[in-house]
Amino acid sequence: MSDHFDKTRDNEKGGELRQFLTFTVAGEEYGVDIMTVREIKGWTETTRLPNSPAHMRGVMNLRGLIIPIFDMRARFGKGLTQADSSHVIIILAVGERNIGVLVDGVSDILSTTPEEVKPAPEVDGVPSGEDYITGLISRDERMVVLLKVGTLIDTANIPSHSASAA
Amino acid sequence: MDDMEEFRQVFFTECAELLADMEARLLHLKEGVTDSEALNAIFRCAHSIKGGSGAFGLDHIMRFTHALEALLDKMRDGSLLPTRDSIDILLKSADIVTQMIDTARARGQIADDFGADVLARLKAATDGQTAIPAPKPQPAADAEVVEVGAATQSRYTISFRPHEELFASGNEPLLILRELARLGALEVTADLSRIPVLEELNPAQCFLGWTMELVSEAPIEAVQEVFEFVEDIADIRISQEVVEPAPAEWHQQIEEAQERVLERVADAAVAKAAEKAAEKGAEKTAAATSIRVDLEKVDRLVNMVGELVITEAMLRAQARHLPPEQFGDLMRGVDELSHHTRELQEAVMAVRMQPVKSIFSRMPRIVRDTAAQLGKDIQLVLSGENTEVDKTVIEQLGDPLTHMIRNSVDHGIETPDQRAWNDKPLEGTIHLSAYHRSGRIIIEISDDGAGINRSRVLSKAIEKGLVAPDAQLTDEEIDHLIFLPGFSTAETVTSVSGRGVGMDVVKRNIESLGGHVRVTNNPGKGSVFTVSLPLTLAILDGMIVRVGAENYIIPITSIIESLRPKAQEVHPVQGKSDVINVRGEFVPLVYLHRVFKVAGAEGDPSKALIVLVESGHQKMGLVVDELIGQQQVVIKSLEANADPVKGISGATILGDGKVSLILEINELKSLQPTHVKHPEAA
Repeated sequence: MSDHFDKTRDNEKGGELRQFLTFTVAGEEYGVDIMTVREIKGWTETTRLPNSPAHMRGVMNLRGLIIPIFDMRARFGKGLTQADSSHVIIILAVGERNIGVLVDGVSDILSTTPEEVKPAPEVDGVPSGEDYITGLISRDERMVVLLKVGTLIDTANIPSHSASAA
Repeated sequence: MDDMEEFRQVFFTECAELLADMEARLLHLKEGVTDSEALNAIFRCAHSIKGGSGAFGLDHIMRFTHALEALLDKMRDGSLLPTRDSIDILLKSADIVTQMIDTARARGQIADDFGADVLARLKAATDGQTAIPAPKPQPAADAEVVEVGAATQSRYTISFRPHEELFASGNEPLLILRELARLGALEVTADLSRIPVLEELNPAQCFLGWTMELVSEAPIEAVQEVFEFVEDIADIRISQEVVEPAPAEWHQQIEEAQERVLERVADAAVAKAAEKAAEKGAEKTAAATSIRVDLEKVDRLVNMVGELVITEAMLRAQARHLPPEQFGDLMRGVDELSHHTRELQEAVMAVRMQPVKSIFSRMPRIVRDTAAQLGKDIQLVLSGENTEVDKTVIEQLGDPLTHMIRNSVDHGIETPDQRAWNDKPLEGTIHLSAYHRSGRIIIEISDDGAGINRSRVLSKAIEKGLVAPDAQLTDEEIDHLIFLPGFSTAETVTSVSGRGVGMDVVKRNIESLGGHVRVTNNPGKGSVFTVSLPLTLAILDGMIVRVGAENYIIPITSIIESLRPKAQEVHPVQGKSDVINVRGEFVPLVYLHRVFKVAGAEGDPSKALIVLVESGHQKMGLVVDELIGQQQVVIKSLEANADPVKGISGATILGDGKVSLILEINELKSLQPTHVKHPEAA
């Protein structure tokens, strides 16, 4: 880890090199800014929060803190994850909150320069609340979708097809 | 620089405490009485603030407290007697200093003439009323002079013949003789005549007697006093003969007396100095036995201990599956661990406990000011200020309590005229007390005022449409109407308690703390408001219930009973929730599995269980599958990381490490109707 840390520093002087933790959800690869990642842990059963959106998998106990867990597969509209011990929860710091996202697996740490990040393609008809993609990186046949997690889990931005208490 | 800032903050915190202490003591000062202990304490507060403000370059505060000190100094040496005016000025001065400290804390500028009028009054009070006659002489010397004048000696002849049973009452004649010897020159002759022959001598009985001659300056009362405890078990005769000192002796005696006076004065001075030193010493020890700790650190400790309790429960659950013959030592270890963990938890919770004094001490001022504003004469009696309760409760209690006290002053106690008319003492009394009862803290506010005027309350409630005109209400129900939203009994809206905030807000505040408030009304004689609160908001007694495959926690305090109804006791009501007939009372049902959309739960109340709960004055029946058990749980915030959920007040972590949700009873009802409109197939 210290290697990465040093690299970040060195490169900060030149271009701003950023690092992303990448993970897979339903065969696609996504990335989040590594500075927001708190820890990675295996799947454990959660306690369902009543009347929450479907992708809200409930809450878990992380050393005494109550952490909400979001199912990324469900969030992308591909159905609930059939979670087992092979699945992974990434704990992220989003603003003041700590949240967990349920993904299929963690794959890599990517270091990129700003030039390498391409803007997300403009697609007609995408609702404004859905613009949780900050950019794309393609490298050796792979394409990584960079996510802005804050937007992704903000309940105000979630389309109302999932039932909510309100 | 950071260090300096830290010191500054400590100083400001200390100032706040000192000022609170000062105010409390000022309110206790009586007019025309020099209570030197209280005045000394007040003086020390002012002095500490002066010293600190000097050190931090807060000149305004220093100048002001200096003037304050000057007045206090005159009061404590007795040259000025406290009057209503001067106590008022002192209180106002404390306010000014508080405001100055607040300004300084917020790094604001204190205007040069801030509090100038009070300062002027302070100075006037210090100078103007000094006209009290010449300073009193030293009391010690005073007393001695009187004694010299009366220094005639007497010769006492004392016959002391104890009864045989003297020893049985634990008396020792030797001590009495010694006591007499202290009064003057004593000559003792023992009377052995009663001692029997050796065979008959019982060592537990007293056969001795004494005849004594005492030459002393002490009055006869002092001599009699020595025998006070043996009067009934001894024959005592004392005769007095006054010895006139020869004129030649007078001179010598006066000289001696003068020397003694000088000695006494010197002694008094030394004693005073010693007393001062001792006081300082006491202050130091007090400082050494308590430390200032950042609340965040305590909270972290509480959190970690909470975790430890959960881990321990987990370990215990695991250990139970092991064969005890192989793992006996481990089991014992686990048992010990759980014992220590509980103790640790209690100790940590005790750290957060604080006496209610911090809120109670604010009340005398509120009563004083409010009463003055209303032209009423009211004394506030406090008791149980040292009753301890968790800090979280203390923080939340201040506002409701202030409001209730104001309410008692405004609506409870009558004006002096009315009181005179009703043959009551002109001065009204409000009694504020706190005590512990069955794991809760009870706070009582009682007044000897007019009580609640039931007919007026009822007509007001009807007028405001809060109750039906033909409603039949019991006295108690009428008394509790004052807690309804939108109710205010004051005939005119006063600036004191008619601020749009009524007793309903008080009630809501207290209920949100897991407490309840009741009123006992005694028309014409007064009323008693009783507030019952949990000792802590961090821990909750919960009943774990199962709904489908999920567990929820119901706060025990809101549970009345649980029951399984017969099918014919459940009645559907068109357009509303089902109701159940509990001993003739119809209670609406809340199906938890519908409210929370839980699959696989029992939908038929007659096959499930109903937990009867009460929120406010409303009852409802929660339909659940099973009662799992009762447990104390540590309340965790859900909202810290997740979005709030309707009907859920918080979460906790159970022994298996899983999160369980705590129900918010008040909100459940509002969740219910929307689901009744679209009932699921039950």
